[in-house]
Parts: sequence; structure tokens; C-alpha cells
Amino acid sequence: MQLVIGILEEGFIYALVSFGAYITFKILDFPDMTVDGSFPFGMCVTAVLILNGVNPFITLPISFIVGCIAGMITGFIHVKFKIRDLLSGIIVMTSLYSMNLRLAGRANLSIFQRPSIFKMVNVFEIGSVLGAFNRVIVLFLIVILLKIILDMYLETKSGYLLRSVGDNEILVTTLGKNKESVKVLGLALANGFAALAGSIYAQHRGSFEISAGTGTLVIAVANVIIGLQLTNVFRKMKPTTSVIFGSLIYRACIGFAMFLGMPPSDLKIITAALLLVVIVLNNKKYKKLVE
Amino acid sequence: MIELNSVFKYYNPGLVTENCVFHNFNLKVEDHEFVSVIGSNGSGKTTMLNIICGSIDIDHGNIFLDGKDISREPEYKRMYRIGRVYQNPAMGTCPSMNIIENMALAENKNKPFGLARLIDKKKIDYYRNELKKLGLGLEDKIYIPVGSLSGGQRQAISLLMTTMSEIDFLILDEHTAALDPKTADVIMELTDKLVKEKNLTSIMVTHNLRYAVEYGSRLLMMHQGEVIIDKKGDEKKHMQVKDILDKFTEISVELGN
Repeated sequence: MQLVIGILEEGFIYALVSFGAYITFKILDFPDMTVDGSFPFGMCVTAVLILNGVNPFITLPISFIVGCIAGMITGFIHVKFKIRDLLSGIIVMTSLYSMNLRLAGRANLSIFQRPSIFKMVNVFEIGSVLGAFNRVIVLFLIVILLKIILDMYLETKSGYLLRSVGDNEILVTTLGKNKESVKVLGLALANGFAALAGSIYAQHRGSFEISAGTGTLVIAVANVIIGLQLTNVFRKMKPTTSVIFGSLIYRACIGFAMFLGMPPSDLKIITAALLLVVIVLNNKKYKKLVE
Repeated sequence: MIELNSVFKYYNPGLVTENCVFHNFNLKVEDHEFVSVIGSNGSGKTTMLNIICGSIDIDHGNIFLDGKDISREPEYKRMYRIGRVYQNPAMGTCPSMNIIENMALAENKNKPFGLARLIDKKKIDYYRNELKKLGLGLEDKIYIPVGSLSGGQRQAISLLMTTMSEIDFLILDEHTAALDPKTADVIMELTDKLVKEKNLTSIMVTHNLRYAVEYGSRLLMMHQGEVIIDKKGDEKKHMQVKDILDKFTEISVELGN
């Protein structure tokens, strides 16, 4: 039971990062390493704010905004200095590592004793059987809310323009729009999602950990690829929905490996192996990341 | 009016492979002129279009659009008033979106791309009507992703899309070259119709001498970065494919082929 709850909780949190990865990796075809930095950035900002007595709910939009800024910097470096996509992300990710250390003052912060969004919202009585699902419910609501917002956004003119940059950059230019600023916008949104997920993750774990971001992009991309496989089977499914399922399936695989007795130290290699398998199975469109 | 004023363009300047495309090139296209441009490969036709649109920078000189110097403006800003159709039909449309979505994008050109919904359901009949005018039966395929349509169908949609917003200039870059002869004829007819309807100032690069002779109000032939034939009005009307072929032969002899 605890295993299922764990899968749902982490699955929902990483679904948020995957929304961002869907924008960068799938729509813009941009392997954005920044998320490995913006995810712990969100954690760090949240931990510091909560330690300073800020309302946990307020930390969510703040994290989203600081994530957006990190994404914009990556985008700016990429389009203005013509630095390759992967490298621009790595530059910002690396600098965020020091930023996080500077901001937190050390490599980890505990906010376990402090208020969190999970402590503030309890649908069921704590200690009852259903009480164990309280966090899952909060996370589910957040994910669904953001999914709906993202779906609505992608139907707007701005959303369509973002999609056309990934589809056909030249068309965006002939429409009289600067494709560079559209890319920056996409990266900002994606990292906003990553930092928001980081904020929630920090409150979920009750701590900030400098190394928590390692492999975020890999996980998010795996979620997206697994999720989009589902749309091949269920044609009517929206990509955002499939990404959520992708995240849950991915978590279930990891959870299952743990259940079989693999030590937590093997987590990253399982992640890597799983991504490799998924990419090999799906090796048409996603050559870019393998290269 | 489009004006190119003593334009210089070199590829790979300073290298062994340095290649001069334009050396003091001048051209003036009057309002509502429809210019067909022909010439052998490497004569600078496509470079000229790229220079006007801003896809490539020039080394010296100025480009004027209705008297306004646009030489230093980025490509996307020049596109406010210019529509462009490329040789490759895939370049004018978004392949993963359907026809309606593509048309809605095109119609929104020069308007803000904000947070309003892109697709207005009330407009679908209007889009369908516009498609019907093409006479290709596309009005029954409006929800099909454009990527799964044929090259000719996509080119027809690209052409329609460029003329859906308020533009004054139309740049056609060998836009029939990738199509089969029959489809090419259909697209060319359509082009002529749209240009006349919207009263556009147009430049069309083509390798099809028949189109160059039959369509347009002015004919240019380019060779090694210079205009070697420039006919308009009655002179243009009396031009024949044979005249142009003769000129081509003359050039080849000069070059020793």
C-alpha cells in the first residue's frame, strides 16, 4: 500500500516537470538541461522562504516565477549568443548549483518541522485509513489544475505560435514573429514547471537537498516518451494527460525495481536503463538526445 | 515599391572559396508589378529574394521598401508586409496541424499572438469557402494534418495562407518547381489570380520559361549577378520562349560550353 501511495505521490510531482519537458523536448525539440538546476532551485527557494515564515502556498507561484527566469536565461544565451541548446542549459544548470548553495548557505535544509501545503490541507482525518491519501489528493488536484491550464494555453494564439516554432520555424518568421522570443517563452514556461515541481517536492520531503536535481531531465524525458507512446494506442488522449500517465508508469517501474530488492543506490542506473530501453523502442523522432 | 541600391554580396569573404554574387547590383520594382525572374543556377536569383526578405545579410548597399530603408531590419520584421512562398511545399505550413489551424495562424499574421483562442468556430465556414475557391476539394479535408497532404495541396494552402493577411509584396521562390506539371499549372493559375485580386507587387523566380513568358508584367533574366534581360509592357508581351533560349545558348557559348 505504501508503495502505491509513493508511486502516485512522486509520479504526480514529476508529472509537473514532464509538462515542462513536453514543451521543450517534444514541442520545441530542445533538450533542456536547465531543469536539472531549476528543480532544486525551486526546492531551495521554497525551503528558504518557508524557514522565513512565508505561507507554503505563496512559495508555489514564487518558485514558478524564479524557474521561468532561469529558463529565460537559458533561452537568451541560446538565441543571442548562438550557443547550442544542450550547452546553454548546462551553463545555466551549473551556475544554479552555486546559486542554490549560496541561497541555502549549505547543501541541505530541513523544513520537516515547518508548515507545508500538505500539512495545511487534509481532506481526510489524519490517522484514519484514508488519511494516508491526503497528499495524493492534494498532488492530484494540483496536477489536474495545471494540466487544464496548460491545455487551455496550448489552444490560445500564443500556444499555437509556440507549437509552430517546433513544427516549422520558417512559418513563424513569415508570420512576422520573432521565433527567438517564442523559444525563450517556451523555455521559461518549462522551467517554471520544473521549479514549481521542486517546490512541491521540497515540501513533500520536508527538506532541500542540493543533489536532488540530478537526472531530472532524464526522468522527465522518459515520462514524456512513455506517455506519448500511449497516445499511439489511445488516439483521443491529450498529450498532457498521457504525460501524467507516463510519469506514473515510470514511477511504477522504479517502484517495482525497488520492491524486487534493488538498493536505492542503483536508482540512477535503473533510470538510465529505463530511458535507454524506451528510446530504443521508440527510436525514430528522438535521435537527437541519444547523439 | 522595392528598391535594391548598389548591393554587394560576397559568400565566404576573404577565403579561397570567396564568391561574389552581387557587385553593385541595382533593381527597382514598381508598385503592382509582377516580375518573373529567370536565369541559370548560381545567377543570384534566389540570393536576391533572400536579400530582400532578410534571410541573408548584404555586405554593402541598401534595400528600400516603399522608400523605407529596411537593410538592417531583421527578417521577421520585414515579413510584416511581405508574403513568401518557398520551393519546398513543407516550408509554408505546419505539418502537424490541420488546415484550419494553419489558416487561422496565417490570418492572425501582424496581429498579437496573445491569450485569446486561436480557432474561432464561427470562421470555419469562411475558411471552407476560401478553400473551395482553390477547386482542389480541400474543403472536405479541413481536419486532416497538413503533413499528410500532397505537395501540390500543401503549396496551394501555403499560397492561400500568404494572401490571407494584409500584405503588399509577394515573393515566390520557384514555388512550382517541386510539383508535377499539371499541379504546377494549377498553382501558377492560382498565383496569377491571387496576385491580381489582391493587387500585390510580386517577384517570382522560376525555371519554367513558359510561366516567365506567359505570366507577369515584367521579365528579368539574370546572369552572374547581373540583369541581362529586362523587358516590360509591350516588349514583354512579344517575348517568346525561343528568345530566352537563344540568350541562354549565347551565354553558354561565352562560357565556352
